[in-house]
Amino acid sequence: MSALTLHVNGASRPAEAAPDESLLSVLRERLNLTGTKYGCGEGQCGACTVLLDGKPVRSCRTKASEAAGRKIVTIEGLVSGDRLHPVQAAFLEVEAFQCGFCTPGMIVSAVGLISAKPAPSSDDIASALGGNVCRCGTYPRIVTAVKQAAAAMKKG
Amino acid sequence: MTDDALELAQHEVDGLHVFDSDRRTFLKTLGGGILVCLSVPRVLAQESGRGGFFRDLPQDVASWLHVGEDGRVTAFTGKVEFGQNIRTSLAQQVAEELHVDVSAIDLVMGDTDRCPWDAGTFGSRTTPTMGPQLRRMAAIARGLLVDLAARRWNADSARLAAEKGRVRNPDTGASLSYGELSKGQNLVKTSTADVPLTPAADWKVMGKPAAKVNGRDFVTGRHVYTSDLTRPGLLHGLVVRRPSFKATLASVDKAAAERLPGVTVVRDGDFLGIAAADRETAARAAAALETKWNEVPGQPSNATIFEFLRKNATPGEQGTVKGSVEEAMASADVKLEKTYTVEYIAHVPLETRTAVAEWAGDKLTVWTGSQRPFAVKEELAEAFHIPADKVRVLVPDTGSGYGGKHAGDAAVEAARLAKAAGKPVKVSWSREEEFTWAYVRPAGVIDVKSGARRDGTLTAWEFHNINSGPAAIGTPYAVANQRIQFHPVPSPLRQGSYRGLAATANHFARETYMDELAHALALDPLAFRLKNLSDARLKAVFEAAAEKFSWGKEKPTRERGSGVAGGTEKGGYLATCAEVEIDPKTRRVRIRRVVAAFECGAVVNPNGLRNQIEGAIVQSIGGAMFEAVRFENGRILSSRLSQYRVPRFADVPEIEIVILDRKDLPSAGAGETPIVGLAPAVGNAIFATTKVRLRALPLVPQGLPG
Repeated sequence: MSALTLHVNGASRPAEAAPDESLLSVLRERLNLTGTKYGCGEGQCGACTVLLDGKPVRSCRTKASEAAGRKIVTIEGLVSGDRLHPVQAAFLEVEAFQCGFCTPGMIVSAVGLISAKPAPSSDDIASALGGNVCRCGTYPRIVTAVKQAAAAMKKG
Repeated sequence: MTDDALELAQHEVDGLHVFDSDRRTFLKTLGGGILVCLSVPRVLAQESGRGGFFRDLPQDVASWLHVGEDGRVTAFTGKVEFGQNIRTSLAQQVAEELHVDVSAIDLVMGDTDRCPWDAGTFGSRTTPTMGPQLRRMAAIARGLLVDLAARRWNADSARLAAEKGRVRNPDTGASLSYGELSKGQNLVKTSTADVPLTPAADWKVMGKPAAKVNGRDFVTGRHVYTSDLTRPGLLHGLVVRRPSFKATLASVDKAAAERLPGVTVVRDGDFLGIAAADRETAARAAAALETKWNEVPGQPSNATIFEFLRKNATPGEQGTVKGSVEEAMASADVKLEKTYTVEYIAHVPLETRTAVAEWAGDKLTVWTGSQRPFAVKEELAEAFHIPADKVRVLVPDTGSGYGGKHAGDAAVEAARLAKAAGKPVKVSWSREEEFTWAYVRPAGVIDVKSGARRDGTLTAWEFHNINSGPAAIGTPYAVANQRIQFHPVPSPLRQGSYRGLAATANHFARETYMDELAHALALDPLAFRLKNLSDARLKAVFEAAAEKFSWGKEKPTRERGSGVAGGTEKGGYLATCAEVEIDPKTRRVRIRRVVAAFECGAVVNPNGLRNQIEGAIVQSIGGAMFEAVRFENGRILSSRLSQYRVPRFADVPEIEIVILDRKDLPSAGAGETPIVGLAPAVGNAIFATTKVRLRALPLVPQGLPG
């Protein structure tokens, strides 16, 4: 076990972790940030997506030690006070989920997409979120929600 | 057997046991107020509640509902939430009859200590059976509250009105909230009364789109799934899996693993597992084990499976026999005989099988994402030789199941490790374990033979399903002479329930066959179906889908064409039209557009219903186009998500849904039936475009053949 410090959701969080432990494991098991999900362990489903210095990454394929010292945002960090992030608000309004297990990864991926591309087309969304699986098949509503969020963020 | 009983039997419903709290004690734990209990007729009690099975409890209870002194209403149900949105639709139904807002309702679901016995959440049963039960209790509770107010005011209860959580007296203007009325009552009412329910035409809450009641928790990541649960001192459990199916553990040397700090190793027969402080330590311990397994060679593979199934097919039950197929075939103008196959597919629920188990003395508590909490309770009691009343199973709202989470594997594993370690243990399956050790949707071979007159009238129909299942095996078309049979096979892969069961396979075979026969008769596939249909509800969805799709308006080209398919199952009626596009160079098939018309009686929550229909269509793209479990000699070869393709954003066509809301008909479930139409509609569209007839699911795992 070795000590490391992660900068998660604006706070410094010291943790003890095994040498090659994944960022996903440290977030979930050591820091109890369970909004980020395990789905496949090989970067194929996107349920574990977090923002690393603003860019979406698969936390199951990222070593915690590589993330130390960088800015990490998880689904828990998107809310400010009681206010939902516009992407969260749009997902809720459109009800772009069923069982909800993929939702944190979808939302975080969408936040990353919109910050890189403020007005994404359906194809942009399908491509940027192509690595995120919603097994309940809620993709059409997710596309609607991401567009709606992008439009709301443009307006400010 | 009735259809319902057959459906339940397919899910291996086993014993019942008694809810252990006395009702009055139960009310006390709820903090007083009013408790309404409902007795249900014997036929329903086979599904929910313990009435009927216990001769000494003739008046027993199937469900209960509590009105608290704070006016909050809590309904208790053994059904569970897996994304099908029944937490919301059931709350709507309680709200409707109690005349309160949905926000005033709490639902306690899938807690075996607090909820009435229930066979499980499957078979699209929640809406047709649990919904009306909860509504009846809510209506009884409302009547009770009105009576309490009438007594308090010395008024005629018929003059009083219950609305928005209050009882009002229009004559005096007086009003009391439900909380004020239930305060200090400590009243338990058990009713068998068949109270009238609000007719659909008068619904104020039901029938209107309702937002998911706890939706906010899912977009913030706050919802606690079983896999997110923690307990004081929780250990990480890991099961050391056998290298192939049927392998037995010859020997294991545990010494090196047990020397690691805080590690417990359990060997119990062929079960081998580890409990440790964290995943990393558990994995190190597993690597330190020296195991010898005896493997069983010569198990079937994809290459031999259909041959294996046919060879091992049992005669099956008699099935449906009407008239004489032989005579009708002999005099038919056009005859056709075809065989269809369906591969095993995996559920791939995004939350893998997980359980947290905790022992306190001889009492066991397990949290797990199972669709059958009461069956898991029995499974645990049996596994540990303890009375069922020492076991409590709780099911947090779960990261999906699609029929894949009926068994309690993870629960038993976690409990075994927790027992040995003396601390709570979580077992959360890896994706590889999920692909390998969960059960799969059955593979099948289906033989269809029929005959028709030159004018397109079906005269004979023979249909044999080998292994995949009897769901929706009957034809909805009017045919005088029929022989329909299901032939079970001892499956080489562990197989079980899946959203829609075999209805998908049987619809694929039947609706592809109908298309083939239409072409053989030179009839339009839709017209041919309508000609042979007498079921007005099924006709209506075919017509609605065809109209929305503009069926027949565009002639098929070598690159684009359309297909249609439909049917009825579990009280729902579905017709699906699909348009495909073929890339002439790559031979890749893309589904461009899907129109589905669906009718399930009076719609409870149009918002949730649309989500379920759309989701079922998207999920069915996988099994229709490319999903297949690859296996060989007792091993699963497609044990990772990178080796098993599931539908993604780029696979999704334009989807239009037509819902026929029949306020005059009872509400049926809708979580399954919309999945059955896509595969045959797409296969038929591929034929319309290419004249290539595909009779195997998945249709185009490697693109179009040829």
